[in-house]
Amino acid sequence: MKILVPIKRVPDPTQKAKVKDGHIDLTGASWIVNTFDEYAIETALRLCENGADNTRIQGSEIIVLSIGPEDAAKEIRTCLAMGADRAIHVVAKDLEIDSLTVVKVLQAVVAAEKPDAVVMGKQAVDGDANQVGQMLAGKLEWPQATFAASLELAADKRAMLVGREVDGGVEYKRVALPAVITVDLRIVAAKAVKNGVTPDSHSYPGEGARLPSLKGIMAAKKKPMTTAKLADYGAASPPVITEKSVTLPPPRAAGQFVADIPTLVKKLADEAKVL
Amino acid sequence: MGNVLAFCEFSDGQLRTSALANLAFARQAAKLHGGDVIALLVGAGAAAAGANAAKFAPKVVTVEDSALAHYLAETYAPIVAKLAKDNGATVVSATATAVGKDLMPRVAALLDAGMASDIAKIEAVDTFVRPILAGNAYSTVQVTTPIVVVTPRQSEFDAAAELGSAGAVSAAPAGAVDAKGATFERLDAQKSDRPELADAKVVVSGGRGMKSGENFKVLEELADLLGAAMGASRAATDAGMVPADWQVGQTGKIVAPNLYFAVAISGAIQHLAGMKGSKTIVAINKNKEEPIFQVADYGVVMEWEKAIPELIAEIKKLKASR
Repeated sequence: MKILVPIKRVPDPTQKAKVKDGHIDLTGASWIVNTFDEYAIETALRLCENGADNTRIQGSEIIVLSIGPEDAAKEIRTCLAMGADRAIHVVAKDLEIDSLTVVKVLQAVVAAEKPDAVVMGKQAVDGDANQVGQMLAGKLEWPQATFAASLELAADKRAMLVGREVDGGVEYKRVALPAVITVDLRIVAAKAVKNGVTPDSHSYPGEGARLPSLKGIMAAKKKPMTTAKLADYGAASPPVITEKSVTLPPPRAAGQFVADIPTLVKKLADEAKVL
Repeated sequence: MGNVLAFCEFSDGQLRTSALANLAFARQAAKLHGGDVIALLVGAGAAAAGANAAKFAPKVVTVEDSALAHYLAETYAPIVAKLAKDNGATVVSATATAVGKDLMPRVAALLDAGMASDIAKIEAVDTFVRPILAGNAYSTVQVTTPIVVVTPRQSEFDAAAELGSAGAVSAAPAGAVDAKGATFERLDAQKSDRPELADAKVVVSGGRGMKSGENFKVLEELADLLGAAMGASRAATDAGMVPADWQVGQTGKIVAPNLYFAVAISGAIQHLAGMKGSKTIVAINKNKEEPIFQVADYGVVMEWEKAIPELIAEIKKLKASR
């Protein structure tokens, strides 16, 4: 299988949001690979390897793509260190990009690389937009399986059965390949991905994406990373979505500790009037 | 001047509560755009639900076809996009539910439209306020494409009320339906008699500290006593204690009930993003230092094993006294 995994670097979500000149202040921010994208890399690896003996399936390839400033190369290397094979870095400023720009780039890369699947995170945890996967599938006229919590590759390798977390349960949807898959949290569960090669008895640790090994980090330094510009993909037109301003929500009024349950119930009934 | 095409989910001949939030948004947008609200119902049962939808929108379009028995983004998106054009829509919207979030970006791609996801407010014709960074900031964005696609967040828009007179219902053809190689296989539904998490007035959530799914039974007893929906933190759903669709948080459901109980939940940013819009928050946790207490209106430092049975007893007492 040949899989394209688009990734985004995002400010570490544990940092407190600050606003400067009407926008999020990112000076001195530390950056990470968007968690869902990390899960997408993990998913791609599980599709392309025998998890039981840690060998890659012959002919499989995982390409990482990221659009971002020059120093986003660091997060791209992290994905290579996890096990992706090569990378494309489209160097652009964050303000030059919106979902439709990203989709344009991905469309061009898909046309050139012809992957069997695009596997990506369901959303980036900075913008929380949750758009690119569906938009890309729409533009490519490919089937899409969003919010994937489980994947099972068909025996003929030409379709996937995807468990999707929807309101009120789990929906199972079959998509012919090539397809766009966007992954949800539980895709990294111990047995969430079945590729027909890794024995069903095999359990992954199931605690998020794998960490890069020392060997992986060394190998990543030698893996190919090509750089490109938005214009190379005809995606240099200005964004259609622009941020006018950012505000922080007012903090909640200070609460109170109550000593015991009878007092709590009394306050909920008489003070908050919610019981 | 343009109309607002509001994609509405329905079941059993009725609009879903979530769709009423979309219609509330659509009315605001239609006023700014100087056009009409057109409710769009697609899929099995659309025609039967048309009359109910007509109570809330001056114009209703239904699309029903045997090839649309189950929702698929691949088959629905071209229908929504085509009807947006046919009806002179400048705004196309759906509530940010699992279906809305799956469908609308695909519709936007087909219309070459910019999209504002999960919005909290419409400020002007093309300007929207939406939460970013797990709700830790609000971004005001302007979308400059001729058609704008929007998913309003259910908890930010009060359900639209019925109009004085019924709207006009018409049926539109599905056209050629092409699933692009996608098939609906099955839905493993979580059956529950409790209200839906996203529109419940009271939510009872448990976290990692509940330790096991079995222990959630006592929370369910509390929930049933209050007519509440059950929720959980990511830690609890990830550990398999409770179903995944109970998850409240940035990546789960966003809820804003009148009363939210957070029991044995530490209060990770990701969880707070999903519930801090609640009117009254009660936190019960044995550790006074947990961040959940920073957003709680009422905090009780106590083990849930002791607190919850006592809470059930006290509420029963209160109810009996009324």
